[in-house]
Amino acid sequence: MALILDEEQQLLKDSAKAFLSENFPVSALRAMRDSGNDHMPELWAQMSEMGWPGMVVPDAYSGLEFGYVGAGVVLEEMGRTLALSPFLSSAVVSATLITKLGNEQQKEALLPSIASGELTAVLAADESGHYNLDEVATEAKASDGGFAISGSKRGVIDGHHADVLLVVCKNDSGSGVFAIPSDSDGISIETRLIVDSQRAADITFTDVFVGADALLGELGGADEALDFTLDVAAACSSAEMLGIAIESFERTVGYLKEREQFGSKIGTFQGLQHRAAQLFAEIEVTKSAVLSALQALDADSEKRSVLASMAKAKCSKVVRNATEEAVQMHGGIGMTDEFDIGFFMKRAAVCRQAYGDYHFHADRFATLRGY
Amino acid sequence: MENLDQFRAETREWLEANCPEDMRQPMRSDEDQCWGGRKWVFQSEGQQLWLERMATKGWTAPRWPAEYGGGGLSGGEAKVLKEEMSRIGARRPLNSFGLDMLGPALLLYATEEQKQQYIPDIINGRIRWCQGYSEPNSGSDLASLRTKAEDMGDHYLINGSKVWTSYADKADWIFCLVRTDFDCPKHEGISFMLFDMASEGVSTKPIKLISGSSPFCETFFDNVKVPKGNLVGTLNKGWEIAKYLLTHEREMIGGFGLAGGGLKPLGQLAASTRGTQDGRLRDTSLRAEAISFELDEMAFGLTIERITDETKAGQGTGASSSILKMYGTELNKLRMELMMAIGGTDSLNFESDRTGALVKSWLRSKANSIEGGTTEVQLNIIAKRILGLPA
Repeated sequence: MALILDEEQQLLKDSAKAFLSENFPVSALRAMRDSGNDHMPELWAQMSEMGWPGMVVPDAYSGLEFGYVGAGVVLEEMGRTLALSPFLSSAVVSATLITKLGNEQQKEALLPSIASGELTAVLAADESGHYNLDEVATEAKASDGGFAISGSKRGVIDGHHADVLLVVCKNDSGSGVFAIPSDSDGISIETRLIVDSQRAADITFTDVFVGADALLGELGGADEALDFTLDVAAACSSAEMLGIAIESFERTVGYLKEREQFGSKIGTFQGLQHRAAQLFAEIEVTKSAVLSALQALDADSEKRSVLASMAKAKCSKVVRNATEEAVQMHGGIGMTDEFDIGFFMKRAAVCRQAYGDYHFHADRFATLRGY
Repeated sequence: MENLDQFRAETREWLEANCPEDMRQPMRSDEDQCWGGRKWVFQSEGQQLWLERMATKGWTAPRWPAEYGGGGLSGGEAKVLKEEMSRIGARRPLNSFGLDMLGPALLLYATEEQKQQYIPDIINGRIRWCQGYSEPNSGSDLASLRTKAEDMGDHYLINGSKVWTSYADKADWIFCLVRTDFDCPKHEGISFMLFDMASEGVSTKPIKLISGSSPFCETFFDNVKVPKGNLVGTLNKGWEIAKYLLTHEREMIGGFGLAGGGLKPLGQLAASTRGTQDGRLRDTSLRAEAISFELDEMAFGLTIERITDETKAGQGTGASSSILKMYGTELNKLRMELMMAIGGTDSLNFESDRTGALVKSWLRSKANSIEGGTTEVQLNIIAKRILGLPA
């Protein structure tokens, strides 16, 4: 497969860019924050009208079945304007897990409404703060023909807005995933404001009773689907980070061409030129990493996991560098709240930690490569 | 979309039948490469057969037009050929500056007669070329070169000297930048000429490097007569050809950043040499460095692929050769550093046996980010030509 976007993917990218930059530029994030909100329901409504929540949902369940490269290009453009939506958490990650793991009935029940955007789901997996699923302690005890779920999940972004929680549990047979309505008895949710103005939910389950039909797949049989879902989450959040890196870089280069000090444009200084050029090369290399990881998901290639972890690790590093250099090269104004560039660094910090950080994916990459 | 299945099947069959066994073995060092030319002594019968057979098919230059002896393959077919060669571990039949640098420039700028005269001999490896670019006081600032060519009516008379001329002592011909006009801005007044290194007045002197080897020479021209017909392109407009050729040189050198065929991935090499614990490299600091290197190495390899695919699709990004040159050479230096760390004190051995090859490759790699335009020059090019930062 050629390592470029095909015509349809390019069209989608162009229209996502036009839509987001016109309707939800970075100022929309600022307005949301300043009015005390933590999400953008209006954006989600409009994305839903365009059918985007069905991006990776199979056609048989009213989705677009457009694939992960499609999801990636939308996320890249969302990264450019820092638009907030449950697109990654619900439409991409949750839809993937349900598609991989659910039975016919469960897919019928959940996927069409995820694809339409009416219903949002979120993966509640991590308890360690480091996406370490080996440390999951949330338990599913057999009870009255169903299960009683007890435990707690940590830092679930948007967890308090989701309708359905996909809860990863452990018992003697291994791990299982339960689809649980977020308003079920026994669930308590506390939220924390996080650095990019979103909220993360800490969710406690106290003997939450669910019927047997809430279990996706079988107890002990979720590992493979969770692994695939991790690849999807890693590659797609990489695409979002790529967008953040590109946008903050372009804004910075623009600033280098305008700002004058010592009687000349600061972009004439070789010290800054070389750092910008170096960063440009890193971003070019990162583009290839992201696209190859997304394509490998669509092809279900055996290199999928190596590429996904490579992309997540590489993007985490490069977006850190790009946002740090952006603030540094903007100088004093880059440190002010009034100026937008700091927003990119904040969102990047959240994306870098989501679904496993640099160290997590670097370790996974090496382990998969035999060392 | 062309159907490549049949081409793949035929290519596979042909390679199986025609690639000699010893040409399928990983190269032990750079000395196993075949460079061709009038002075070349084949190291084995297999090496000679392999070059002859591949050249007959034009597959030493798979994408060049068949009318000059090239393979005439499409981009897709060339990719298949590369994949099939790497499948059996086949070595490159011919390493050559004619193939990697001069040829593409001739195809674009030379007259029909010149193409007929020079290109077939590049493809079949009969003539080995060297590059006369840098001069003693014109390194990174290449356009300040002063070797001059005077118009003597029926020929040009060349006087001056070059430096860092790779393999000048082994080459048959040189493609050379000369100044044909001194009364104009430095980028104008440069011409691109070809001449025989056996011409009277040409002499070379190898430069011994820190690695102990001498891939580069000083090259002197003392009243060298060059026929008028050996000028390529327009008089005084050679800088355009020089730059075009440099993009190919950069891509070639940048390609050093990729591990060649048969090399064990660095992390695995470290694991097998230094040991593992619970499946992880025991030396955790080395592991972290190996990971960081391999992430970049993999992403860089994919970038070469992406740029190739973009070019094929007509979406070329232009100055990408500077990115490849800069990134690939820095990567290769890091690879050699880590190989030395993995090798430990044994890797310091400077004697020319098996282990001595590593330290010499390590030293040689330090030239990668200098030759063909330094890393700093590449960063200047990216900053000015791609990012449009002010001068």
